Order: sequence, then structure tokens, then C-alpha cells
Amino acid sequence: MPVLMDADRMARTLTRIAHEIVERNRGLADLALVGIRTRGVPLATRLAANLRQIAGAELPVGALDITLYRDDLMRNTVGPQPLVRSTEIPFSIDDRRILLVDDVLYTGRTIRAALDALIDFGRPKTIQLIVLVDRGHRELPIKADYVGKNVPTSSLESISVRLQETDGQDLVLIEKDGEQP
Amino acid sequence: MSAERSATRSDALSGAQAASGQADPPLTRLRGKDLLGIAELSPAEIRLVLDTAEAMKEVSGRPIKKVPALRGKTVINLFFEPSTRTRTSFEVAEKRLSADTLNIAASTSSVVKGETLSDTALNLEAMSPDIMVVRHASSGACHFLSRICRAGIVNAGDGMHEHPTQALLDAFTIRRHKKRLEGLKIALVGDLLHSRVLRSNVILLSKMGAEVLVCAPPTLMLPEITRLGARPTTSVDEAVEGADVIMMLRIQLERMQGGYFPSLREYFTVFGMTPERVRRAKSDVIIMHPGPMNRGVEIATEVADAPNSVILEQVANGVAVRMAVLYLLAGGGEHETSA
Repeated sequence: MPVLMDADRMARTLTRIAHEIVERNRGLADLALVGIRTRGVPLATRLAANLRQIAGAELPVGALDITLYRDDLMRNTVGPQPLVRSTEIPFSIDDRRILLVDDVLYTGRTIRAALDALIDFGRPKTIQLIVLVDRGHRELPIKADYVGKNVPTSSLESISVRLQETDGQDLVLIEKDGEQP
Repeated sequence: MSAERSATRSDALSGAQAASGQADPPLTRLRGKDLLGIAELSPAEIRLVLDTAEAMKEVSGRPIKKVPALRGKTVINLFFEPSTRTRTSFEVAEKRLSADTLNIAASTSSVVKGETLSDTALNLEAMSPDIMVVRHASSGACHFLSRICRAGIVNAGDGMHEHPTQALLDAFTIRRHKKRLEGLKIALVGDLLHSRVLRSNVILLSKMGAEVLVCAPPTLMLPEITRLGARPTTSVDEAVEGADVIMMLRIQLERMQGGYFPSLREYFTVFGMTPERVRRAKSDVIIMHPGPMNRGVEIATEVADAPNSVILEQVANGVAVRMAVLYLLAGGGEHETSA
């Protein structure tokens, strides 16, 4: 099982993305981070910590659950129906610049759902997308603004992101015939 | 201890579920296409509904109170008995999930022309609804419909049998306040004989490990109550002593032609929930009532409006719990037929 990213590499990648955020956004005043459950949330929290260190800015962090916005709910997917969990966005997203965070960008359908979900909370000024891994195979016209690592994959492979907060270790693996769709 | 009716009907299933459900990944859908009663649910399924309702609760607090989860699904609310709260609550839940809803009240339907229940249901079924929410005066009407209909049936109250979504929303409300259900002492006081809310609540609470005391005049006591898992008493003071939760049940004035007690005034004196009686319970007791309330009959106005009364919260939570049930059934039905 080849390792794509170890803990050290992941930390440096997130620091780099934080620097890119500062570089691209000229002032962090109206920025906010929103992580997509499950693993986008700890990633967003870590980016917020990085930005505090680099720029001394305190960005609010929210958590978005997109289960109720999925387009495959009624299509009897192979895997189990996901548990619905709470969305927690404890700030107004109106006129803010939102940084949307997820672990893996694949078909783009999760991001489509996340955009729909986010827009139900208000009218952000802009939404930018941050992903730790972009593995290709897009089915929708969606592109990330910040990418940790581009990984060309075959559709038989799967990318497994493990984080300290959710899985007890920081690791990104590439697996053949993985259980994840 | 646990309800025997549930044991006979569903333990073959729920036993297996519980055994595999504990160790393996958490349950993510309900087993059947219907929600007919609490008796048919396993503790893991009850927990799944309550956990899903936590997420649904957040949707009701948004500026745009709507998610697209059931877009394109059709839900028919088929009510053969009058209802404001339950029907409205289901309709709000359906709309917040983006389902298309139709309301059919028996008084304005072909039922008044003499159409039978099965003909009414099969005619509606021909229009391919995905879920039918049914309230009927006859116990078992929903079980009957679930056998003849392809659509999922949600029991919104059948006769004196069950009212599962009410019990689920009550449990959800209790869990939000007390953080648990097991080990709580819960007193239910009122008309036990005619109450489907009581049956569903007793079955659910004892399944989840709560200690349930029920109190009523002997004429309104349910004979089989101990089999459902509750301890009966005719003394209100004994029932509420040290209780974590006091749940009042409505005196069903429309069913009181049988002379169950001499007068409403006397009922209030002996069984009504007064501030003095509430004081015997734990200091952090919560007061519940499924509504509609008869102030001055089963509950004193001071108790109904006290700060520890969660009666209106129950109504708000009803929407979240019904959203959870509809979501889990709409996602789960196809799974079962094609698996």
C-alpha cells in the first residue's frame, strides 16, 4: 500500500496552503473556513491554526454535513447510507469569503452538494476550494483553488486519508480495489 | 422487564440486529419500509432515529429551512381522525425535506361515500406515492395497509394501539435534557386505557432501560401494563416521588362517556398535576405533555407554564424526529427490496 503523504509531509503541505491563502487574499478580515464532514473539519481547524501563526488572524471555522444534499441517496448505492450529522456554522456567511475544505477531490459531486448546502445558509462573496488530494476523474465542472497534492489515479484505486483527530494517525494511502467508492 | 409484545413480534429480528449491531459499524438505516410501532424497532434503530433527528433539528434553525433530501418523493398524509399537531408536524417535516405532500382528510374524501380502507389506500397507491402517513381510529389499520401497499407506511396513531413518532419525539426531548434514557425514573400519569401515546412511550422507554411508573384511576388502568414493562400505581405521589421526568397524558374527554370517574373536578383533585405534587420529584424534573392539554383537568396551569415545562419543545422536536423517520424510510425502502 504505497504511502502518498506521511505526517511530516502533510504538516508542510498544510503550512504551504496557509501561505497561499495569505498570498492570494490580501487581508484575511472577511475570510472563514468551512470543513466538509468528516475529514474536512479537522483540516479546516489545522489551517486556522496555521493562519493564526503566519498572519495572526483568527478565522472562524464551521462544519458542513452534506448528506441531505447528496444526489445518490435514492440510487441505492453499494455502500451504506451515510449517517446524517449536524452542520455547525456559528457565523453568518453573508458577504464573507468562504474557504471550503475537503480531504479528497474526486468526481466533484461532494463539492456540488456542499455548494448547494452552503448557499442555503446565505450569500457568500466568494467560495474558494481547498483539498488535500486531487485524484482526478471529475464528473462535474469543478476545480480546486488550493491543492495539497495532485495524484493521477485509476478509478480502481482509492485514496485513503487518515487524520490524527479521526483515525489516530496522519497518513494518506493509495489502495487498489479499495472499499471506498 | 422488556415488553413482551415486542418480544413476540420482533425479537427474532431485533435480537440478531442487536448482536451484530453492537460490534459492527453503526446502523445507518431502518430495516423495514414502514414505521408501524415502537414494538417493531430494536434499541439500535431507536438510537439511529434519535441521532438522525439531532442533525435534522439544526435544519429548522436555518434561515432557509429546507434541504433537498427527499426531492421528487411523494408523501400522502392520510388522516381518518382529526389532528392538528401531528398532521401539521408531518407536513412541515415533509416540506423541509423537499418532498411533495398531499393531505387527505377522511371527512372530505370518498370514505364518506362508503369506500373501504383498502380501496382508498390502493387507489392512492395507484398514483405511486413513496410514503403514506396514516392515522386511523382502528388499532392495526397501519399493519393492514403495510401488507397491501408497496409504499412505506408511517403510523401517525392507530386506535388505542401505537403512536410511534410521538414516543420517539418524547424520547428525543428527554435525551436532550437528561443526556440519556437508561436509568431515568419516568412517571406517566393520566388516561392509560385509551392512550396510544402511553403504549408507545412505555414500550420505548423500557426498551431503552428507563424505569417507568404509570398512574391512573383503577377504571383507566391498562390491564396489560406490567407486560409492557411499567410499574402501575394509583397514587400520584408515589409515581412522581424522585422522578426525572413527569409525562402527563390527556384525559380524552371524547371517550369519557363511560363514567370512568365521577367528575373532572374530582379527577383534578386526586390525579391532577399540581405544583405541590411536582415538588416531590427531583429538583431538575421536566414536565411533558403530548397535547392537546386540558388545563385544570390533568395539569394545573402553573405546572403547564412553569420554566421546567418542555411541552412546546416537544412540538418543535416533533418536526425533527419526523424528518428523521421520513428520511430513513425513504432511503431504506429500496435497499430492502433490492438487497
